[in-house]
Amino acid sequence: MSLSYVRTEMLPPAEPPISERGAIRWMRANLFSGPFNSILTLLAAYVLYQLVSLAWPWLANGVWSDANSMSDCRAIVTASAGPDASGACWAMIRERWHQFIFGFYPPDLWWRPILTFGLLFVALAPVLYADNKRAMSRLCGVVGILTVLSLIGADGFSYHTVLAILLFAGLTAIAAIQPRRLLIVTLLFPFFALWMLWGGSIWGPITALLGFVVLVVVYGLVAPKLGAVMGASTGFLAACLWWLFLQTYISTAWQALLPFGLTYVPSDKFGGFLLAFVIGVASISISLPLGILLALGRRSDMLLVKTLSVGFIEFVRGVPLITMLFVASLLLQYFLPPQTKFDLILRVVILVTLFSAAYNAEVVRGGLAALPRGQYEAADALGLDYWQAQRLIIMPQALKISIPGIVSTFIGLFKDTTLVSFVGLADPLRGITTIVRADINWKGIYWEPYIFVGGIFFIVCFGMSRYSMYLENKLKTDHR
Amino acid sequence: MKKSVFFGALAATTVLAGSAFAGTLDDVKARGELICGVNIGLTGFGAPDAAGAYKGFDVDLCKALAAAVVGDAAKVKYVPTTGETRFTALASGEVDVLIRNSTWSFQRDTDLKFDFVAVNYYDGQGFMVKKDLGVSSAKELDGATVCIQTGTTTELNLADFFKANNITYTPVNVADDSEALRQFDSGACDAYTTDASGLAASRASMAVPADNIILPEIISKEPLGPVVRHGDNNWGDIVRWTYFALLEAEEKNITKANIDQVASSTTDPEVKRLLGVGDDDLGAMMGLDKEWAKRAIAASGNYGEIFEANIGTSTPIGLARGLNALWTQGGLQYAPPFR
Repeated sequence: MSLSYVRTEMLPPAEPPISERGAIRWMRANLFSGPFNSILTLLAAYVLYQLVSLAWPWLANGVWSDANSMSDCRAIVTASAGPDASGACWAMIRERWHQFIFGFYPPDLWWRPILTFGLLFVALAPVLYADNKRAMSRLCGVVGILTVLSLIGADGFSYHTVLAILLFAGLTAIAAIQPRRLLIVTLLFPFFALWMLWGGSIWGPITALLGFVVLVVVYGLVAPKLGAVMGASTGFLAACLWWLFLQTYISTAWQALLPFGLTYVPSDKFGGFLLAFVIGVASISISLPLGILLALGRRSDMLLVKTLSVGFIEFVRGVPLITMLFVASLLLQYFLPPQTKFDLILRVVILVTLFSAAYNAEVVRGGLAALPRGQYEAADALGLDYWQAQRLIIMPQALKISIPGIVSTFIGLFKDTTLVSFVGLADPLRGITTIVRADINWKGIYWEPYIFVGGIFFIVCFGMSRYSMYLENKLKTDHR
Repeated sequence: MKKSVFFGALAATTVLAGSAFAGTLDDVKARGELICGVNIGLTGFGAPDAAGAYKGFDVDLCKALAAAVVGDAAKVKYVPTTGETRFTALASGEVDVLIRNSTWSFQRDTDLKFDFVAVNYYDGQGFMVKKDLGVSSAKELDGATVCIQTGTTTELNLADFFKANNITYTPVNVADDSEALRQFDSGACDAYTTDASGLAASRASMAVPADNIILPEIISKEPLGPVVRHGDNNWGDIVRWTYFALLEAEEKNITKANIDQVASSTTDPEVKRLLGVGDDDLGAMMGLDKEWAKRAIAASGNYGEIFEANIGTSTPIGLARGLNALWTQGGLQYAPPFR
């Protein structure tokens, strides 16, 4: 049956009108959706244009090589771009980058911080990617390759490189086969890092580690008889006795018996990002558990524990970090006997840790408060004791809620490490920059060190932030 | 003011706390190393170079002192101190001596319980202006915008100077030297004021130094020198006389290069006493050995050599000796007799 006025086939769909497709549509929807937004868009475009036109020539005329001072840079810029042109002087970074990264760490020992930094990621892998074998082994492999390349760059091909290749190959294999075993690396890493960075006798960190063995053994002996709390506190006391009185003798004795160690590097050689990472990583990793304990203490029914936790948190949060740093560097000196050698970096790490622990405690408490009461009651109904309930039911949920808050505390802490310049430590932003500017060759340099240091800080903080998003996605179990 | 009272009280407590500091010399000898508080970074005076080694006018005095006391100019641990931490670092015993361009003032000497044992650099606050401003004296700066670092004594000196001359100015507050330079260079202020030595270094680092002039007026006294704690006079004497030995060496033309030759051939009795080649043993009177001054001079040369090598006219900073010339050449640097 055919009707001449009825189409037998569909017309091909016509193109949408030009104003409703492609870039124009997108611009209409996003940039010019109304008179107000159009004005804002034009204003923003104008500001952007101004910024770029100011900064672009400066960046484009940048000098990297062939200059050894500001005046060299100026001469090169004038020669290439005319007398009134301005240009960035990146040659300063070329000459001084190592001070921004390693501070005054001896160049022939740079392999030690590099290796430690690489192993940091291996130690973090089981914490970051709990059961994800593939992610862990990939991380270990990539970090291993980067570490080995940096080692070759810093040192040429030497026995450290071979050592690192073997180490990272082994660790990647472990990550791929038995990822849980990597937790041992995580536990040993702090002692290894301490030894690697500062050097000295290997028996120091080993005997320090034995302090924890003492703690566990005493706990194992006491806990069944007197309960967990008494066990933990006696164990802690015994470990403190070990660290304070016995450790030095035993490590010296072992060193005499079996001398083995690395060149000692004193704390005043630390600077730049090495210092920022030492302070940042140490404080971050200690302040989280401490913060969790404080948060639990604050919600505890025991009056003493509660009062102490509240007092600590409120006091520390009420005092600016810079004050804590001055306490670390100035006041502690008065309270300690003269000539006491109490490392400034250690003092700063302790106070920065306490500071961020108080903030973490409040973030975690927010997570705890967000849990419905039913969760606590369910744990009680299952017959779990307090610590079991916290470990198995409460904390996994509370921490999941607190992830964004915790990560932003960490990011804030990492950036706050630059404040140590006020107590005379060579942080990358102000400390090293001041030192570089004190050189008559680089006096008057202004933006370049800030841009360089800011760029590295951005990469690290952005990385932490992306990881936190990944973790939130992974742990998302609801169906919102 | 409150802050200084607080730190003063702390410092006083420390001094009262006991004779623990009485034997700084013994401590240094036992340690085998001098701990010297220095500036974290001041052009020409003290800063680590690209290899991390401290260099500068103040640093060389640390080296001379270490050579005199410990016997080796390299046995110095440099503790970088900031303007905020320097005096506490000294009072608490963290450093043995502070050689960090610190101005000798009444309150620091008395209230803070320190001793300024010498003046190794006579500085003073000056002004730098652009040449095309057409100003030749600071008194012509009426109505000018002045870049000034906040929270420093230079700020107060500036206010005093303008008030005394009955002229006005608009301050442009900056946080540090580098920011001041940038503001000055971009024309945000007509004049930049800070210590004259700092101005000279800043001027030297400009694109065209000759386009800027440093005005002749010096509006304040800034005698900079090494500082020690109250209560250990022997240690103070050692620092003071080590410095004087460097001055005396310049006066007697003893240099790093000719010191051995002078020591063996001199007939001047005072030089003999100074270098410990005669019968007199000056070192023993303050607990050092006979050749202490010889080592101090050999470390980085005499005062004039140290000045020339770090901040003198042969360096880009190009400071003239001025007040820091020897008294024989019209300056203020004067060493009492070595006898």
